[in-house]
Amino acid sequence: MNHAAMPNRTVLQKLFERPSIHTMAPATKIAVYGILLFWTAFVVFPIYWLLITSFKEAADVNGGPVFLPWIDFEPSLHAWKELFVFDYKDTLKAYVNSIIIALSSTLLSILIGSMAAYALARIEYKPKFGTIVLFVACMVGAVVAIARLGADLWPTLAAALGVFYFLARVLSRHFKLTVGNGDILFWMISQRILAPIVVVVPIYMMFQSVRLLDTHIAIILTYSVVNLPIVVWLMYDFFKSIPIDLEESAQLDGASRLMVFWDIVLPLSKTGLAATTLLVMILAWNEYLLALFLSTSRAQTMPILVAAMNAGERGILWWSMSVVIIVMIIPVVLMAIILQRFIARGLLLGAVKG
Amino acid sequence: MNFATRFSEWLDRHSGRLFITPAVVMILVFSIFPLVASLIIAFSRIRLRAGSYQVRWVGLRNFEKQIFGSEQFHFLGTFAPISAAGWILAIGATAGILWWLFRYASRRFTIVGFIGRLITAAFGIGLAFLFAATLFSGKPFGTLGVTLFYVFIGCGIQFVIGLGLAFLCTQPVRGRNIFRVVFFVPLMITPIGVGYAFRMIADTTKGPFSPLWQWVGLGEYSWAADAWAARIFIVVGDSWQWIPFIFVVLLAALENVPRDFVEAAEVDGASGWEIFRDVTWPQILPVAATVMLIRVIEAFKIVDLPNIMTSGGPGIATESMTLHSLFAWRALDLGQSAAVAYLLLFVTVVVCVSFFNLVVLGRIRKS
Repeated sequence: MNHAAMPNRTVLQKLFERPSIHTMAPATKIAVYGILLFWTAFVVFPIYWLLITSFKEAADVNGGPVFLPWIDFEPSLHAWKELFVFDYKDTLKAYVNSIIIALSSTLLSILIGSMAAYALARIEYKPKFGTIVLFVACMVGAVVAIARLGADLWPTLAAALGVFYFLARVLSRHFKLTVGNGDILFWMISQRILAPIVVVVPIYMMFQSVRLLDTHIAIILTYSVVNLPIVVWLMYDFFKSIPIDLEESAQLDGASRLMVFWDIVLPLSKTGLAATTLLVMILAWNEYLLALFLSTSRAQTMPILVAAMNAGERGILWWSMSVVIIVMIIPVVLMAIILQRFIARGLLLGAVKG
Repeated sequence: MNFATRFSEWLDRHSGRLFITPAVVMILVFSIFPLVASLIIAFSRIRLRAGSYQVRWVGLRNFEKQIFGSEQFHFLGTFAPISAAGWILAIGATAGILWWLFRYASRRFTIVGFIGRLITAAFGIGLAFLFAATLFSGKPFGTLGVTLFYVFIGCGIQFVIGLGLAFLCTQPVRGRNIFRVVFFVPLMITPIGVGYAFRMIADTTKGPFSPLWQWVGLGEYSWAADAWAARIFIVVGDSWQWIPFIFVVLLAALENVPRDFVEAAEVDGASGWEIFRDVTWPQILPVAATVMLIRVIEAFKIVDLPNIMTSGGPGIATESMTLHSLFAWRALDLGQSAAVAYLLLFVTVVVCVSFFNLVVLGRIRKS
């Protein structure tokens, strides 16, 4: 735009005028930066507050707010020392537990979930509707027998499965109605709607009956299932977007499906796998409710440890708690900062197609 | 033929089943079986005996207690005779919903669609009367209302702010990449940590804003003792954590809108708002609908923040349904706990299916 052509503009007009189509008017610019900076402050402040609280003495916390280290108060490492030098055992155990559980459950759900997603994207399934109804009926029968007649859990389940297998063999010829891949996919993804609180008590009882309560295995298995829908959903879209020609030619050359999946499909979907892995790992790392039920001491994870610091004889020790929270969030925040583009792309892929 | 080749051939022949079986078995064992078992628990009264359980079938008694009986105040709320404002809300909402249903039925009618909308409508009218008899008549509502408050108000705020921030980050601003990384971070932080951080920040006597509170004259005021202040603080904490999720996905969606469309509209002289409404919004609507569906599903599960920030207090003012169920479990009342959990599942399914039916399918039908 030619400035000389319009000589009689006031300062106010200039403020609301766009110098060119690709830049913003000064007033808009101020507003945009203002909002963005305000939001940055809003996002950063709680983290900053946790960070400085971890360097405060009790007197600094209880005596009213102090904001700036070295100016308002003298930062001290006492809370950090307490955690790392004197009282590291519990925290270290919970930290190691969290790492083991997050990594293994992620690995398991990625493996199982991407296999299922690939199968649903490439292989046609036609399970019969009647068989499914039969299976559900056997399950309900087993549960009713356990609950109302007091039958033992595992023998009853085994018997129910046996009955189902026998009946399915005999009757399956007569079932005509089938369900397709889309239905199976929807069924798997819709499991995410299930609030964990609905299933956690029976899961608790199940693990109790096989004496696996408060072990890593229990939490790992549960987390893998809870996160399975996300993996199936995101990876299904990813596998669908890979051209099928490569797989077909490999199969013509005599490669089995497992080889195709392992050697061709998985390497091609690295970005999708990375995004999904990150997302699932973060969910497992931060999960609270299921761990609360399934772990008491040996398999205690970080969120439980942090939440338990609420109850102390001396009230909440905010400085120690801040240290633990910071130690807990450092790895995921670093991962997020480095890999946030990945996550955004992975999520978008699912959201666009889903 | 040796064993290895036979085995690999067997693997290949059954590969279809092998691929999908682990996932199906896992879901059956850890989702479907517990789901059925939980329903049985919800229909029973369970006593803990030394090392075992004693299960007694009580039918719908647990649900009855939550909806009509002694736990009604806890789940639904304390009822009062409906006040004038309550009647206005209830009748207005009912009329609106019935009109909407009538309009659907007179325009395009499919049995399945109508039944789906009938359920949505019944649920909506029920809620209108619930809030009319509790909130609008001066009585507190229960955990159902609190959960819906977190879901609808919380998700609404998060969507608006998330979309706004994503839109600003697509503008030609300097340091865009720094902003997007910073805005993304809260999503990673454990909800427990978020809860404690906001508890410290919201403290009116020792928190960072206490000089401000004292200056306003609210130095002695405690937000945790006021029902609405506590609820709002939990929504603020929840939003702090989840706006990044919506922001990140919508930002990626906005960046996928073809530049040509926007530039063509700009050349035609469309205003910023018109471009957004007619060009950008239709392009990002599918993503927006999906991301909100995911967010709503997750929002119904909220438990960590209320548990950490207020423990459900004051009274039951901030108790979500998951927390309600958790507390019932802690009191060893497994039947009630399962009943509340099932009610939560029911509400979640109705809301999510309605949302899916109206927003996601509605979009497909339009295009």
